[in-house]
Amino acid sequence: MDTILFLILAVIAVGCGINVIFQKHPISSALSLVGVMGALAAMYLQLGGEFIAAAQIIVYAGAVMVLFVFVIMLLNAGKERRTSPRIWARWAGPPLLFLFVGAVAYVLESFLPPSGDVRFGGFDGGSAQAIGVRLFTQYLLPFEVTSILILIAIVGAIVLARKEID
Amino acid sequence: MNYLILSLIKTAIVVVILMHTLAYLQWIERKVIAHVQLRVGPRRVGPHGLLQPLADVIKLITKEGMIPSHVNLVFYLLAPFIAVTFALITISVIPFGPVINVAGVRTGMELTDLNIGVLFVLAISGLGVYGVALAGWSSNNKYSLMGGLRSSAQMISYELPMALAIAAPLLIFNTLSFREIVVKQGFYYFGFWPNWGIFHSPFPQIVAFVVFMIAGFAETNRVPFDLPEAENELVAGFHTEYSSMKFAAFFMAEYANMVTVSCVATLLFLGGWQPPWPAQYGSIYVPTIVFLASAALCFYHAINPARPFDRITLPVFGVLFLIIAGVFLIPAAQPILLPLFWFGAKTGAILFVFIWVRATLPRFRYDQLMRFAWLFLFPLALLNLFVTSLAVALTTK
Repeated sequence: MDTILFLILAVIAVGCGINVIFQKHPISSALSLVGVMGALAAMYLQLGGEFIAAAQIIVYAGAVMVLFVFVIMLLNAGKERRTSPRIWARWAGPPLLFLFVGAVAYVLESFLPPSGDVRFGGFDGGSAQAIGVRLFTQYLLPFEVTSILILIAIVGAIVLARKEID
Repeated sequence: MNYLILSLIKTAIVVVILMHTLAYLQWIERKVIAHVQLRVGPRRVGPHGLLQPLADVIKLITKEGMIPSHVNLVFYLLAPFIAVTFALITISVIPFGPVINVAGVRTGMELTDLNIGVLFVLAISGLGVYGVALAGWSSNNKYSLMGGLRSSAQMISYELPMALAIAAPLLIFNTLSFREIVVKQGFYYFGFWPNWGIFHSPFPQIVAFVVFMIAGFAETNRVPFDLPEAENELVAGFHTEYSSMKFAAFFMAEYANMVTVSCVATLLFLGGWQPPWPAQYGSIYVPTIVFLASAALCFYHAINPARPFDRITLPVFGVLFLIIAGVFLIPAAQPILLPLFWFGAKTGAILFVFIWVRATLPRFRYDQLMRFAWLFLFPLALLNLFVTSLAVALTTK
């Protein structure tokens, strides 16, 4: 049951991901990306990380992608124009891409330590309380550094926007 | 298998009740606004217009669904579907009553009790904006696009104060499950004063409740924040190009969102299904008294009819109310019906406020709407969160 569900979600995620690239219109691409986010959230849920799943939907699908769609609509971006690639690029491109991704995956896999089998729902540190405790003890420094980074981004955005006004 | 059958039964009950609520909410809205404005409202179809929702549904289904030639067809058809789906899904985590025993089966009065229920509602309601935004964009119409853009900006802005307002009571209750939140509101200060979210120690959440309700009005695109469909500037905003059932889907989504906001406000701030004072002071007789009074009112107006038909219709409703009043006195039915009554009464009161505000207040201007959200509501919610967290930190050992 879990495996079937995982396979369905994986197909949705990968299909939407490919769709992001192949769609000509930015809105279609952005919505496909929302599909990827949704499928990923469902996978987190399946693994037992319910807080991460909800955060994924709230932050990425509910806020970030809505802003993307908003900006695309505001700029009224039209369909993307394709330059017609050369004949050899069209035929040699996809196999070379697969080769490159495969090579990178192989190298990464050999660097990483061997991992055990995945157990669905086996992760029990996914509750809001467990994540809060981790964030404020073990990962306090990365957490604070990230918040400062976001603050810098906000201040930078305001500075850039003000220059335009003056 | 037993779990599956139980879920199906509960889903069927909730769907039937929710659909009727949505249909009759519209009838109630038209009636209340009519009476506020000294009109009588719908009263041609059925007694006092009670069959008007049915007539509306038949009209909308049988109408021709026009699809303009200049729309982006895929997203044009997808948008009402998205809007109504995400509006209806949230009801699945709302608990309507305590855990009960029916015919030997022990079950909670909700479809599912998630331990991240509050986050689930926030997540799904955040996705609802896609329906409106896509409808506005895919219609390929200036008015629709403006409506869609306004709606996206408004919903993103008001989601912040809403989330902050929800966070404050969560700090006090220390859980994300709606059921546990309501159970923690089931006690009384000094033996009679309810410890609902708006009265809860260490810091009463009245400010959070008001901020949540204002943000809720904006999230559901209701007056005074109905800028996305401001008819004097934008014709009908994002749903200008929609007709028949596709239009009805947006309408249904708006009402379903209203119901969700009212339910969440009831659960977080008004104690869910907990009665406002303990049973030993007679809170179990309130439903009976309410329905007896309604019956008496019906009989009085049947004796002094304003219109000839009232002589026939009002006694029927009077007898119905008498029967309901009697049912609330049956001891076996009380553990099921009393929580439902209190939950319905509180949610209904908030829904009434929604309608009341619509009949009373004018619309904001768009810059006022944004300034209000970012310069007043957001700092206020943040301040409330700070004070609450300080109070919680000082009182917990």
